[in-house]
Amino acid sequence: MNPLPIRLFCLTILLFFPLTVITPVKAQDLTIDLSDPVVAITAGFAGTDVLLFGATREEGDLVVVVRGPQERHTVRKAERVAGVWINTQEATFVDIPAYYALASNRPISGFVNTVDANIHQIGVDQLTFIPDQHQKPVDDIASFEKALIRLKQAEGLYSTDAIDLFYLGNGLFRTTIHFPANVAVGTYGIDVYLFKDGELMESRTSLLNVRKFGVEAQIYDFAHRHSLAYGILAVIIASVSGWLANAAFRKS
Amino acid sequence: MEIYLPIAEVSVNIFLILGMGGGVGFLSGLFGVGGGFLMTPLLIFIGIPPAVAVATEANQIVASSVSGVLAHWRRGNVDFRMGAVLLLGGVLGSTFGVWLFTYLRELGQIDLVIKLSYVVFLGIIGMLMLIESINVMLARRKSGTVQAKRRHHTWIHHLPLKIRFRRSKLYISALMPMALGFFVGVLASIMGVGGGFVMVPAMIYLLGMPTSVVVGTSLFQIIFVTANVTLLQSLTNQTVDVILALLLLIGAVIGAQFGARAGAKLNGEHLRGLLALMVLGVCLKLSLDLTLTPDELFSLGTGGHE
Repeated sequence: MNPLPIRLFCLTILLFFPLTVITPVKAQDLTIDLSDPVVAITAGFAGTDVLLFGATREEGDLVVVVRGPQERHTVRKAERVAGVWINTQEATFVDIPAYYALASNRPISGFVNTVDANIHQIGVDQLTFIPDQHQKPVDDIASFEKALIRLKQAEGLYSTDAIDLFYLGNGLFRTTIHFPANVAVGTYGIDVYLFKDGELMESRTSLLNVRKFGVEAQIYDFAHRHSLAYGILAVIIASVSGWLANAAFRKS
Repeated sequence: MEIYLPIAEVSVNIFLILGMGGGVGFLSGLFGVGGGFLMTPLLIFIGIPPAVAVATEANQIVASSVSGVLAHWRRGNVDFRMGAVLLLGGVLGSTFGVWLFTYLRELGQIDLVIKLSYVVFLGIIGMLMLIESINVMLARRKSGTVQAKRRHHTWIHHLPLKIRFRRSKLYISALMPMALGFFVGVLASIMGVGGGFVMVPAMIYLLGMPTSVVVGTSLFQIIFVTANVTLLQSLTNQTVDVILALLLLIGAVIGAQFGARAGAKLNGEHLRGLLALMVLGVCLKLSLDLTLTPDELFSLGTGGHE
C-alpha cells in the first residue's frame, strides 16, 4: 500500500482531533432515516407519503426541511390591456427549489431565531430569490417572490404550514412528508435541524430520489431522446387506431 | 382509477378522460365536426398544460380524421386533387404555426393567444351558423322551400394558376385553396384543432365547392396537417402525450358512433342551430375568462429561456 495516503490520513486526524474534542455536541446525537429513499413515479402514481423517522439522545425542538431540485422559475403578472388580461411583466428566478416542505414538533417561530432561519433557509419566507441577470427589471419584485410562493403552495409543492412532527418517547420521532402527483423528478435534500433552548445544536442531511419507473419513464425518455421517431410513431399509432375504429364499427 | 401521464406529468382519472373523449366524440358524431375546439379547452380546464393539450389533441385528430375519411372515401366524397392543394398550404401553415407556437410560449403569451383565437373564431363561426340556421328555418316556414344559392363571380376567379378540380366541379386558381390551407394550418397548430369548423364553411362559401365533397376533402387534408403538427410538436416541444391521446381516442370513437346514430334522428337545421349555440357558449366562457378580473394575477411558468 502506498504510504503517502496513510500519512495524510494520520495528519488529518491529528489536525481535526482537538476540534472534535472541544465541540460541545457529541456526534450521533441525532439519527435519521427514511421509509424509502426512492419515490417511484409509475403508472398509477397519484402522489405518495414518505415516512421520516429518527432519534435524538435528548429531546429538543426539531425542524425538517425538504428541498426539491433547484430549477428556474418564471413568474408572470397579468394586467388589463384594452379590457383583456394580458401577461405584461415577468420575473425569472434561478435556483428555486421545485419543492419545499417543512415539518416541526411545534411552531418554528417559538425556537428558530431569525439568523438561523436565514442561514439555513428555514421557512418559505426565508428562500433567497436570485433574479435572472438578463431579464428586464419589474416593478415591485417582492410581489413576484410572494406570488411564486403562493402559486407553489396552491400546486401543493410548497407546504403552507409546518407539518406535524411527533415525538414517540425515548427521543424517537417521526413525520410524514407528502409528495403530490405533480412532483418534479430529481434529487431531494432532507435536512433535520435539532434546536435546544433556541440554539441550533446539530443537523443531519439525507437524500431522496424522485424517479420515473416503468413504461412511463421509457415513454418520457423516448420522447426526449428520439423526438422524431416518437413523433412518427405517434402518427402511426393514431392512423392505425383510426383505421381499426372504422373497420370495427363498419361490421357492426 | 388514476393514471400518470408521462408527458403531461400529471395524474388524471382514467374514467374522466374516457368520459370526456366519449362526450366530445358523441357531439362530433352528432354534428359532424371534429370536436377539437371543445376538447382542447376541456383538457386545459382539467389541468393538462395548454402546450400538451394542443399537441396531444392534434395527435388524436389524426386518428378521428382517418376513421372519418374512410367512410367518405368509400362513398367517393373526397376530392383528392383539391385535398392535395389544400394540404400543401396546410403543411406550410402548420409548420409556421408550430414555430409561432414555440416563440409565443417562450414569450409567455401562448395561453392568451390560444384563448383569443378561440374567442374570435368561435364567435364568428357561431354567429354565422346561428344566423344561417334561423334564416333557413324562417324561410322554410314562409315558403316551404329553400332557394339554392347562386354562385358569384368575384376577384377570386381572376387569380392565376387555374386548375380544374373535376370532383368539385370547379375551375379556380390553386392559390386560393392553398392560402386557405395555410391559414387553417396555422390555426390547427396554435389552437389544437383540425380546423374543420373554419375549413368547411370556407370551402362552401369561399371556394364554392359542392357540399357533398366538402367534409370528406376537409378530413383528408386534416389528417396530413395534424400529422405534421404532431411530428413537429414532438420534435420541437416534446409535448405530445401518446397515452393521453390513446385514452381520448377510445372514448371518442365509441362516442362518435352513438352521436352519429342520434344525429340521424334529428332535424338538420335544428342540429345546426344547436351546434351554433354550443360554439357560442364556449366562446362566451372563454371571453369571460379573458375579461373578468382573475383571482390570481400572477402565473407560474417553468423554464423560460434556458
